[in-house]
Amino acid sequence: MTKPGWRDLAIGAILEKGGTALEFKTGDWRTYKPIWSQEKCTSCLFCFIYCPDFCIEIEDGKMIGINYDYCKGCGICKEICPKQAIEMILERR
Amino acid sequence: MEVVSTIFPYTAWNVPYIHSAFENSAATISGVEAAYKAFKKKGKIKKKLNFIAFGGDGGTYDIGFQSLSGAMERGHDILYVCYDNEVYMNTGIQRSSATPMGAHTTTSPAGRVIPGKTQFRKDLTEIMTAHDIPYVAQAAPSHWLDLTRKVEKALSIKGPTFINILSPCPLGWRYPPSQTIEISKLAVESRFWPLYEVENGKHKLTYKPKKEVSMEDWMKLQGRFRHLFTGKNKNVIKDCQKQVDRKWEKLWTLQS
Repeated sequence: MTKPGWRDLAIGAILEKGGTALEFKTGDWRTYKPIWSQEKCTSCLFCFIYCPDFCIEIEDGKMIGINYDYCKGCGICKEICPKQAIEMILERR
Repeated sequence: MEVVSTIFPYTAWNVPYIHSAFENSAATISGVEAAYKAFKKKGKIKKKLNFIAFGGDGGTYDIGFQSLSGAMERGHDILYVCYDNEVYMNTGIQRSSATPMGAHTTTSPAGRVIPGKTQFRKDLTEIMTAHDIPYVAQAAPSHWLDLTRKVEKALSIKGPTFINILSPCPLGWRYPPSQTIEISKLAVESRFWPLYEVENGKHKLTYKPKKEVSMEDWMKLQGRFRHLFTGKNKNVIKDCQKQVDRKWEKLWTLQS
């Protein structure tokens, strides 16, 4: 990411658009990566409500995956899962 | 400007916001709410808008306390949310008046001289109750339904409302991030952080702890209390337990 200089910013360092945090991917902060097992998952969605980064993807009330663009690998989903459907593994890039 | 939800020059907010210095968030939102009232009177705005201010425990319990107290007394139609992680994390783990007794911080270092912080924590929720505002509540992220209900209720009530939310902090409390919800749950079960609300001066427990969890059970999971489990510091845990029991009994009589 290149940081803008002060001349590039609006007066008062105001941000003119909202919701731009989506453009800033924080997934590369991760050390451990959650791996989701579809067979074990019952879509209770506890992980969805507790995930601090809204990385649990759902469709029609069912879990469909994990968004690795923003997941920081905190492991809360693994701890909270009643069916042990999420496993944390060391990230390899 | 924005540094809370993400780093500058990005922002996560999709609603208008002001990022002010943290000690004057209550003063800032008072001004915005007063301007909204004036515009509404002149018919320039017709929509109902919600006003929410967020502050950490340092900005709420300590340095922002007088602006918060003033805003509550003036009766602005706002919701103030305090994210209480019991320490000044922004500047790197300094004690605040929300830090519990015995906790190690950089300004209350555990060692030969003191066993971590030597004072009890301030009970801000009760201080807010003393302001006689329509709604005050205490919540924790582990009990999410209780938390979301309280926020909905606070926003539906006219006048100043206050919600104090315990926010476990892996770095400052010294525990693995994955334990966050468990730590929050045990804080509630151990009666250290009772979930209750005060509506028009009436106390009501919204969750009654089901298990017997002592302060020791909760403290031993956190590195900031590690020194309390060795040698002569054990009596600090007893003191903390006594304080928690005393406060719980008081709350119990208030709600019944």
